[in-house]
Amino acid sequence: MSLGPYASFIVTSYLFVAAVVAILIGWITFDYRRQKARLRDLEASGVTRRSGRGVTDIP
Amino acid sequence: MSLIDLANPTRFLSLTAKILPWLAGATAVLLAIGLYQSAMAPDDYQQGATVKIMFIHVPNAWLSMFVWGVMSLSALGTLVWRHPLADVAAKTAAPIGAAFTFLALVTGSLWGRPMWGTYWEWDARLTSVLILFLMYLGLMALWRAVEDPSRAARAAAVLTLVGAINIPIIKFSVDWWNTLHQPASVLRMGGSTLDKAFLIPLLVMAVAFSLLFITLHLAAMRNEILRRRVRSLQMLQASKPQG
Repeated sequence: MSLGPYASFIVTSYLFVAAVVAILIGWITFDYRRQKARLRDLEASGVTRRSGRGVTDIP
Repeated sequence: MSLIDLANPTRFLSLTAKILPWLAGATAVLLAIGLYQSAMAPDDYQQGATVKIMFIHVPNAWLSMFVWGVMSLSALGTLVWRHPLADVAAKTAAPIGAAFTFLALVTGSLWGRPMWGTYWEWDARLTSVLILFLMYLGLMALWRAVEDPSRAARAAAVLTLVGAINIPIIKFSVDWWNTLHQPASVLRMGGSTLDKAFLIPLLVMAVAFSLLFITLHLAAMRNEILRRRVRSLQMLQASKPQG
C-alpha cells in the first residue's frame, strides 16, 4: 500500500484521531476509578445512603 | 424497558454495566473492519491516497452535528419533561462532541492542505464548524461555572437549543454559499455520488464511530451519576452533627 506524496498528511490524520480517542477513553476510565475510590472513602467514613444500600453498591 | 424505567439512576447503572462490554467489543470489531477496508480502498483518480482521510474526517464531522442533536433532545428532556437523566446526558455528551468536532477540524485541515493548498479558509462550512466547536467549549465552561447542577442544567439547555440553529447552517452552508468545501456527496437528494469502493468503508467507519460515541457517552453518564452520588453523600456527611 503506497500513500503517495502526501503520506505524512494521511498518517498524521490517523495518528491524531487515534491519540484523541485514546485520551477520551483514558479520561473516562480514570474518572470512573476516581469516583469509585471516592465512594469507597465515604463508605469507610461511615456514610450510608438513604435507601440503606452501601454507597459502593454499584451494579 | 421504557424511558421512565431509565429515569432511575440505579437501574441505568445496572443497564450500562450489562451493555457496555458488548458495545465496546462491537465498536472495536467494527473499527478494525473499517480501518482494514479504508487501508485497502483504491486511490481516488483526482485525490490519490489522500482520499483515505475522508474515512476518518467524515464520521467525525457527522458526529460533531449528531452529538449536538443528542444534546438538544436532552435539553428538551430537561426543560419540558424534567427527566432526571436528561441533563446528565447533555453534560456528558459535550466534551465528547467537542472532541469529535476538534477532530473534524484537524483532519479537514490536514486534508485541505494537499487538496486546496491551504490548511484553513474562512468559508461558510469551515467557519460554522469552528463556531460549533466554540459553542461546545462555551457549554462546558457554563457547566463548570454554575455550582448548582439543576440551575446549570436549565441554563445549558436553553443555550443548547439556541445553538441548535447552527446545525442546519453547517449542513446546508455548502448549498447556500459559494464555499471551498465540496457539496454533500453522501447524504443528498438523488443518492450518494461516491463509488461503492469508498462508500462502504465510509459507512462502516461512520457506524463504528457512532458506536464509539454511544459507548463513551454511556460510560461518561455512569461516571456523572457516581459523581452526583459522591456530592450528595458529601453534603449528607457535612450536615451531620460532629461529635
